[in-house]
Amino acid sequence: MVPTSYYLILSAILFTIGVAAFLIKRNIITVFMSIELMLNAVNLSFVAFAHQWHQVSGQIFVFFVMVVAAAEAAVGLAIIIAIFRTRNTLNVDEIDLMKL
Amino acid sequence: MEVNIWIFLLLNALKVIVVTVLLLMCVAYTVLLERKVVGRIQNRWGPSRVGPFGLLQPLCDGLKLFLKEDLMPLSVERPLYILAPIIALSCALISISMVPFGPDITFHGVQIFQISDVNIGLLILLGVASVGVYGIALAGWSSNNKYSLLGALRSSAQIVSYELSLGLSLVGVILLSQSFRLRDIVDRQSAHGLLSWNIVGGFQFVAFFIYLISAYAEANRAPFDMPEAETELTAGYHTEYSSMKFAMFFMAEYANMITISCVATLLFLGGWSSPFGNLLPDGGPVVQSLLGVFWFAAKVFFFLFLFVWVRGTLPRIRYDQLMGFGWKFLLPLAILNIVATSLWLALRGT
Amino acid sequence: MHLVLFFIFGGLCVAGALNLLLQRHPINSALSLIVVMSSLAVLYLLLGAEFLAAAQVIVYSGAIMVLFTFVIMLLNAGREERTHGSKAAYLVGFPGAAALLALLVYVFLSYREQLGGVVLGEYLVTTSDLSRVLFHELLLPFEVTSVLILVAILGAVALARKEQ
Repeated sequence: MVPTSYYLILSAILFTIGVAAFLIKRNIITVFMSIELMLNAVNLSFVAFAHQWHQVSGQIFVFFVMVVAAAEAAVGLAIIIAIFRTRNTLNVDEIDLMKL
Repeated sequence: MEVNIWIFLLLNALKVIVVTVLLLMCVAYTVLLERKVVGRIQNRWGPSRVGPFGLLQPLCDGLKLFLKEDLMPLSVERPLYILAPIIALSCALISISMVPFGPDITFHGVQIFQISDVNIGLLILLGVASVGVYGIALAGWSSNNKYSLLGALRSSAQIVSYELSLGLSLVGVILLSQSFRLRDIVDRQSAHGLLSWNIVGGFQFVAFFIYLISAYAEANRAPFDMPEAETELTAGYHTEYSSMKFAMFFMAEYANMITISCVATLLFLGGWSSPFGNLLPDGGPVVQSLLGVFWFAAKVFFFLFLFVWVRGTLPRIRYDQLMGFGWKFLLPLAILNIVATSLWLALRGT
Repeated sequence: MHLVLFFIFGGLCVAGALNLLLQRHPINSALSLIVVMSSLAVLYLLLGAEFLAAAQVIVYSGAIMVLFTFVIMLLNAGREERTHGSKAAYLVGFPGAAALLALLVYVFLSYREQLGGVVLGEYLVTTSDLSRVLFHELLLPFEVTSVLILVAILGAVALARKEQ
């Protein structure tokens, strides 16, 4: 038997690493990937709670998160391609839109 | 029934080894089949020198690839360059573990004709196949070569696009059998022989052709072998690979072909069920199970032959035609098939 | 058995996530994220969510991350360089993240008595259970997500196409 809190702590660790990567990384694609990591960490806690309370709705929520993440990835990567085309860089420090 | 854990583990390990060796043998002889049949189509003999009818040719090919010098170009990304063929081959080999080869017979609590029988077998097959893209993508990227990169870009776009119509073409079958378990899907088709197969009795022939076409694109086989189009990209994503690493890509391609043929057999042609239903005399359980494996192998062989036949006959299509065909024709057709199947099921009132 | 599996795949998750943080090349980060997602799929299986495990592999590892690697290859993204911005992020990022982790772990550990444990195979959500809820009670949200996806596809095409 594994305590549910282990799963939740794992999810907390992953989420924290995602936050740290989001703050530290300078490449816009990696920043975007750390958002996906945070979403995944939250998904894990949803599934753990779904198992804890024997509720299907927790898993349904993960399903919707996946759908939204897929849509987000498609649009986000299209934006990144557009940015790269106009500015020729992927560094977030140089993409501050106020000054060109 | 109490099952001895050690016998269980031993039998399972034995099963995995036997299936892997069999699969690799099949890969070797599919290559020979391809060379022979393509040879005949092009009005020449194909390999005929080593052993009777060239039957020992695969052994020599393997030995040759094994003994060749393993070149490592200087400008490659080393770890990824080595990782890529391993990903490709392991994904191709893993997916066979879901495939049931014959009827449900257990020995000491271990199913003989299937490595693992899981509820979501079909989904796992799709998942493993979709992870296999990384082998090709990383190979192209890490080679640091423009032809390889172009081949890898083409192939990832192609595989992601055709995965959609591949997945959607399977939905009709899943609606009919109401299960992702491959055994349930076959059992549903085994009632009246040929007439209850999904391709005939389930009216899934449209789905069958969509599956076949997108599977050819997924496996990068002619006429969709754009990622390695020799005439434009030298050898596409595996231009920089030699010796065993090249052999691993090669084996992965043929193992994928075999898995695709197995899945087509299971989903559309009734798996191990006989085309004659119960018309043949029942020769006892041993004969029944062996006959089941025979029918399964025969159907898989038919699909492999079809792969080779198509390669020998059809010219490669252009890349924009390929994408247009996938998105504008196959995908809407697959969605129409789902709508038609569910309407039919709803009206029939299952 | 369950504990061993949990520690193997949980460890893989954490190692992959740390690798994402430490690698300087985006393609290595992408690969470590794939490792994280695939091990999460195994953890979902342990938690009895079989359909989600398959969906995780197909959608995340098989589609979204392929898109990421595709874009990295297409734009030929190189190693990232350190800038002044990253120094500030280091100063704020690590303590902030550590505080967040400490808070979350404290909360989870203080409630561990009420939460109970996970027994393998005790609770299994089959695909039909999931679809029954999804297509009866939650039909409207499901349909709305399809509109969302359509809008996303149109938006992606409009953004990524070359201007004439």
